[in-house]
Amino acid sequence: MATPDAKAKIALELNGEAVEVAFAPHKTLLEVLREDLGLTGTKHGCELGECGTCTVLVDGIPVLSCLVLGLACAGHRVKTVEGMAERGTLHPLQEAFAELGAAQCGYCTPAFLLAAEALLASSARPTRDEIKQALSGNLCRCTGYIKIYEAVELAAARLRGEDAKPAPETLYGVR
Amino acid sequence: MASGKKPTGFRVVGKPHRKVDATAKVTGVTRFADDLFLPRMLFAKLLRSPHPHARIVSIDTSKAAALPGVKAVLVGKDLPIPFGILPVSQDEHTLALDKVRFVGDPVAAVAATTEEAATQALDLITVEYEVLRAFPDALDAVEHPEPAIHDYADAGNIHKLIDLEFGDVEAGLAQADVVREDLFFFEGSTHLPMEQHAAVADWSADGKLTLWSATQTPHYVHRALAKVLELPAARIRVIACPNGGGFGGKSDPFSHEIAVAKLAMVTGRPVKVTLTREEVFYCHRGRHPTLMWVKTGLKKDGAITGMHFKSLLDGGGYGSYGVASTYYTGALQTVTYHVPQYRFQGARAFTNKPPCGPKRGHGTPQPRFALEVHLDKIAEQLGMDPAELRLKHLVPPNSLTANWLRVGTMGLGPCIEKVVRGSGWTQRFKQLPYGKGIGLACSSYITGAGLAIYWNAMPHSGVQLKCDRGGGVTVFCGSTEIGQGSDSILAMIVAEVLGLQPLDVAVVTGDTDLTPVDLGSYSSRVTLMTGNAAIQAAERARDVIALHAGKKLETPIDRVTFAEGRVFDVQDPERGLTFAEAVQLAEAAEGTIGTVGSYTPAPSAGKYRGAGVGPSPAYSYSACVAEVDVDPATGIVRVPKIWIAHDVGRVINAATVMGQIEGSVYMGLGEALMEEMAYRGNRNVVHKIPSLLEYKSPTTLEMCDVVTYVVEDPDPNGPFGAKECGQGPLLPVPPAVANAVYDAVGVRIDEVPITPEKVFKALRRKEKGEAGRFGPTAFPDIAWPEPIRVPPPWEGGDGRAVPGGARPGLAPGVRRR
Repeated sequence: MATPDAKAKIALELNGEAVEVAFAPHKTLLEVLREDLGLTGTKHGCELGECGTCTVLVDGIPVLSCLVLGLACAGHRVKTVEGMAERGTLHPLQEAFAELGAAQCGYCTPAFLLAAEALLASSARPTRDEIKQALSGNLCRCTGYIKIYEAVELAAARLRGEDAKPAPETLYGVR
Repeated sequence: MASGKKPTGFRVVGKPHRKVDATAKVTGVTRFADDLFLPRMLFAKLLRSPHPHARIVSIDTSKAAALPGVKAVLVGKDLPIPFGILPVSQDEHTLALDKVRFVGDPVAAVAATTEEAATQALDLITVEYEVLRAFPDALDAVEHPEPAIHDYADAGNIHKLIDLEFGDVEAGLAQADVVREDLFFFEGSTHLPMEQHAAVADWSADGKLTLWSATQTPHYVHRALAKVLELPAARIRVIACPNGGGFGGKSDPFSHEIAVAKLAMVTGRPVKVTLTREEVFYCHRGRHPTLMWVKTGLKKDGAITGMHFKSLLDGGGYGSYGVASTYYTGALQTVTYHVPQYRFQGARAFTNKPPCGPKRGHGTPQPRFALEVHLDKIAEQLGMDPAELRLKHLVPPNSLTANWLRVGTMGLGPCIEKVVRGSGWTQRFKQLPYGKGIGLACSSYITGAGLAIYWNAMPHSGVQLKCDRGGGVTVFCGSTEIGQGSDSILAMIVAEVLGLQPLDVAVVTGDTDLTPVDLGSYSSRVTLMTGNAAIQAAERARDVIALHAGKKLETPIDRVTFAEGRVFDVQDPERGLTFAEAVQLAEAAEGTIGTVGSYTPAPSAGKYRGAGVGPSPAYSYSACVAEVDVDPATGIVRVPKIWIAHDVGRVINAATVMGQIEGSVYMGLGEALMEEMAYRGNRNVVHKIPSLLEYKSPTTLEMCDVVTYVVEDPDPNGPFGAKECGQGPLLPVPPAVANAVYDAVGVRIDEVPITPEKVFKALRRKEKGEAGRFGPTAFPDIAWPEPIRVPPPWEGGDGRAVPGGARPGLAPGVRRR
């Protein structure tokens, strides 16, 4: 390979903090996050925009970071899974995913969490069908999605201030 | 034995617990293999064959090696020693030595300072191939022994031939009131873990190699590395990173793992490889496409008098687990409904496609599909309810099957009753409007294979326990966390025995330098085997601690109890110590408190050749009812709901059990409706769809609702009675869906996936007055070897083959290496 492209530098808001980063200009946001910013919580499953595994929020909207150029994020707000917990306290979605086992292998989990966060930002009481629609671009091979739906519903209830607990059949099956 | 106790009733086991790695996973902190970045790390890429079957005439890597940034290039002759997961199939080379056997077979490897440079270097490698006739499927390979894909096989391009007969099947069939024959085909599918395989190797100047890899079987990778690299195993450390999904697809030692290890040795720098999604499709080792023929005789009441089953597996280009897979297509037909006489003939063909191997259910979902649809047809023929037919003829608990499998607890009856009641079966089966239907199917799966991959007399699982004077406990075990929750199982079981909370237990797993061997995360063996080893280690620690705590408390040792982080007199709970204080007493008296535990399955009852596949310490059971909507105009099948009941023996972590069952249903639904490894047989046998977009798998919009029933019938061989739940519940889903499609629109789709095209064709045939069916129409003539004849237990014998019943050696037409 010839000499690498000269690095480009951008400023953005990353997980609530002002950040500057320099990287080869052809890099995707996914690559910049993982390779230049050390945020490996964002995963990849295809790097072709097919699986949703690299989902992050840009200005609050879920995007596939494998299809977004890093350069395009200059001046924008980017949120990754590393930005969800605050001061050592898990986000209610993270809490619910952990509680219900909605993260099995955990590889698609950051993407589901962020897609769900975007959903809950616009809809405090989503129906099961709305949750399915909102998460239909994210593949998970472990869970069959069911614990994910239940975790989103549980987190939504808690975010509304309800003292919600998982239904017994969620944890034990139908008796 | 004098021992401290835990109080009766479980404090940890059976409850829904947050997994010990849950927080790391929901915060993105878990380090998967591709998340590792080491200083001065190089990036590797593999050059893969564009031909399905060809001889390598020459390779020129000089231009690639000269490219700036390229640090090393390897070809086949740099790693000439073959490897493979099974001792009988050491037929793979890290990089093809003289031949390529599928499009995607690795030919050369490059390490460079950047991924871009490594990729560019691949284009500069010139390979001259002599193209050979390619075999696109098993039928073609059976018909044409030449040119041989491998220089070893049981016959021509038939890798493996099996013929086992347990009793006189013809006599059994002769006693039947009804004899039925059916043909089925189960298309191949792949694991599709969301994580692409990745590995990082590091070579130290003192001659030590470390490999981090997304592997389910670090112990087997360790052995393969030692063999191929000709290094002492003691100088190799394999660390299994948490797998971002496995499902069996990360259970073989792989070319990319060995290649990066060698590249690290050659360059003296860390080397990483991350496969592209397309390459993951080429690694494959997924479900064998399997053609099946089954003939069963039954009495009018549905009692089976004899069964004859044949399978033909399309193995792809290499052996992988294929010999075991082939046996598995004939092993578990006998553990659900009583089969007094049984014959199994199985063949695995080499073809020029990515190798098939173990995918969730390993070799058993295909015959289970065949058997359960076959029984549905038989029930109709006999005028019996399919649930009733099954319930009347269940294998009794604590019995031996015709093929000498030892069934312990057997919870299929309660499973059937749960889904029948829950789904409203009796009111709905055959009574729903046209286009809507429900179908029932059942299954069973092993809880761990009875034998290791390679013959040895050592334990299958080992655990070491260290009790810290601060009250913490660390459990070390070679098991591999692939998302199924195996790390948590260790913590929970140790916590249960020692009266702690799971978060008091630190877990170190999957590291060949630090942890005792566990064979790996396959065959649903981990909870049972590591669990039993962990119980043994923890009970030994409890014994030591109880001894010294009892002295201090002046309490008889049999009253010393462990619970809630304390060690106390069960008759006077106020008299007690903290767990940490008790450990300190034991440590002061005995020195460092460390114990070990091991688990080895009991020997199998069968002693015939082939008896090693099928035996298990315990069998799980599942029953499933699927509800379908079929659009007769398009053939589109939708599955709104599935009821599943699973006999798990005993729940250890309730939340995880639910997740495993739901995940199994999901994967079974994908195989039932859409997943297929499709190739263009007439166009170079290239994979049609090596991408996540084109390889259809269920999204949230296709996944059905699931009603889960967990049946508990503790098995004496399981830890606290637990059996598996991660694979078994997949098995009944495809046949339940197929049976429901028949109930909905009256056509039989005798192959999966049940695509709209197949349903539509079957409906058209039915309209034209032909058989309303889509499926295979013939099973090829195969020159089977003389059967190995083994009398079933009820005909006496000792599990051995009848002398002279089988001709020793190999089938006609066999070439030896």
